Amino acid sequence: MNLLEMLQTMIPPALFFAAPLIFTALGGVLSERSGVINIGLEGLMIMGAFVGVVFNLAFVDVFGDIWTPWVSILVAAFVSALFALLHAVASITFRADQVVSGVAINFLALGIGLFLVKQWYGKGQTDMVDAPFYTADIPVLSSIPVIGPIFFSNTYYTTWLAIVLAIVIYLIIFKTPFGLRLRSVGEHPMAADTLGINVVKMRYIAVMLSGFMGGLGGSIYALTIAMDFSHSTISGQGFMALAAMIFGKWHPLGAMGAALFFGFAQSLSVISATIPFLQDVPQVYLLIAPYVLTILALAGFIGRADAPKALGSPYIKGSR
Amino acid sequence: MSSNKFINLLVPIISLLLGLIAGAIIMVGFGYNAVEGFKALWNGAFGDIYFIGETVRQITPYIFSGLAVAFAFRTGLFNIGVEGQVIVGWLAAVWVGVAFDLPMIVHLPLAIAAAAIAGAIWGFIPGLLKAKLRVHEVIVTIMLNYTALYIANHLVRNVITDKGDRTESISSSASLKSQWLMEFTQYSTMHMGIILALIAAVFMWFYLEKTTKGFELRAVGFNQHASKYAGMNVEKNIILAMVISGAFGGLAGAMEGLGTFGYMSVQSGFTNIGFDGIAVALLGGNTALGVVLAAGLFGSLKVGALNMPVAGVPTELVDIIVALIIFFVASGYIIRWFLSRMKRRENK
Repeated sequence: MNLLEMLQTMIPPALFFAAPLIFTALGGVLSERSGVINIGLEGLMIMGAFVGVVFNLAFVDVFGDIWTPWVSILVAAFVSALFALLHAVASITFRADQVVSGVAINFLALGIGLFLVKQWYGKGQTDMVDAPFYTADIPVLSSIPVIGPIFFSNTYYTTWLAIVLAIVIYLIIFKTPFGLRLRSVGEHPMAADTLGINVVKMRYIAVMLSGFMGGLGGSIYALTIAMDFSHSTISGQGFMALAAMIFGKWHPLGAMGAALFFGFAQSLSVISATIPFLQDVPQVYLLIAPYVLTILALAGFIGRADAPKALGSPYIKGSR
Repeated sequence: MSSNKFINLLVPIISLLLGLIAGAIIMVGFGYNAVEGFKALWNGAFGDIYFIGETVRQITPYIFSGLAVAFAFRTGLFNIGVEGQVIVGWLAAVWVGVAFDLPMIVHLPLAIAAAAIAGAIWGFIPGLLKAKLRVHEVIVTIMLNYTALYIANHLVRNVITDKGDRTESISSSASLKSQWLMEFTQYSTMHMGIILALIAAVFMWFYLEKTTKGFELRAVGFNQHASKYAGMNVEKNIILAMVISGAFGGLAGAMEGLGTFGYMSVQSGFTNIGFDGIAVALLGGNTALGVVLAAGLFGSLKVGALNMPVAGVPTELVDIIVALIIFFVASGYIIRWFLSRMKRRENK
């Protein structure tokens, strides 16, 4: 097996595992940059996966095989954005402890999802979806020599959507007035307020956007990897996305890089059988590799990262 | 001041009621009989001595995992890694329980200590990294959850057994089960662990509130810079808090390993005891007494829910109720605001 073939085996699954994490971690970046902790990413992904799967099952006849998954993830994203509104109301308007509210989001999403699945399907999990995303060769790009086969063939459009969105969100946060305002309410809301920025509005927008992105992440996970919805469809991916966000130092491209790293490390245990020098490594080492490598990376060369200054504190007008 | 205390007590009670009312509305909305639903829930948790036994059994690990999260929180640390500490504690306890043959007076304490030490080590790692290298404890503990899960499964499958899916049962000299309790509760799975859990809660209260070390831990939780300026060793306190928190998590695992199950099987996913512990701790306001009460509520709802299908209601409804209670507790500000308004109106 030569190097090119090896890369062709290793890169596509890495991208495949990374995509849902990228979306969700970007959502986390948006929320936390505005000063609202989002432990609820897991719950937002659960809601996204639930809506994505149920919508897909219910409307496959209406939209057909090609468009159903796309409409599903869009609907899931909007529903999750509305769901995130709960977190926004609690933590911004009601000044709830943001960690507590996020934990409640996680429980609530799972409760609602499983309750309705039991209600509608009469069992613990949904049927398998008929119209998931399929791998495809991206036109034009996949015919580039060397790069084409490694990155653009046998891949998912959603993966590339994730990477493009990471760049777009980077540009929004760091290159537009909206982004500057978003960051300023997360760093020093009082200063932002004196300059006429509506702190509450900015934070509401940011939290709902994080719901939108979490919904995309969850539904894409469900429609590329899990294929149905049950209690274990999303188990910890939201927390991995949270870790990717912190690992990436609250930076969209950093979060994307961290998510790609997690995806790559996760794919190792899946593809190890086909890679010569990994074949003899006991499975357990490959399984724990992503997590241990992350800890080592953080301890070794990434070092400390500082959260946005006002993270976790509600903004109370007039208080110092 | 006394009215403040009263309101502090009132907020969780109102939250609980609002959560139950919301549950009732959902039941009615989906065409169920809410009265029958709640009756089934109550009977499932406290209907007879057997169900009470089951409820107490469920509460036991929740107390430990809740204490674990709460203890770290009081020092300003967020230990999402209780899940992993539960798994390593469970494994260590069962391993000691299976591997040795000793008199009970040595064996049982040894197995429990093994669980506490395993959990403590699992808490020491993120504590050390946080203290010395400023690595965010949230990421490290999340990563250690997965690491614990996979390592434990590997050890159960390849080291403790020969490709088996579960270990042998522990010898009776390491078991928390008691014949007397089982007979008394009509053969429920209740075990002696609840006594240990309550002792642990008292320990946490005493240690945090009544000792110098506990004062330092809380001080670090309030303000690291001020604590440092006052001459406290912040790094050491961070590590200590995570070690004790981890030990509580490990003991939660021991309750499952030595009490409820008596063995460890290959886990397909997380046990959720640690994650539920986060909710228990937050619901209990991160105090020892609060954790015991919250664990009681949580355990009763979880066990009672299993009986709800008797009234045709899906058990998952309880998860929604629990989530809403947490929401309402978190939004205590708005409840307080409402209460103080009502009071002002009365005074007029």
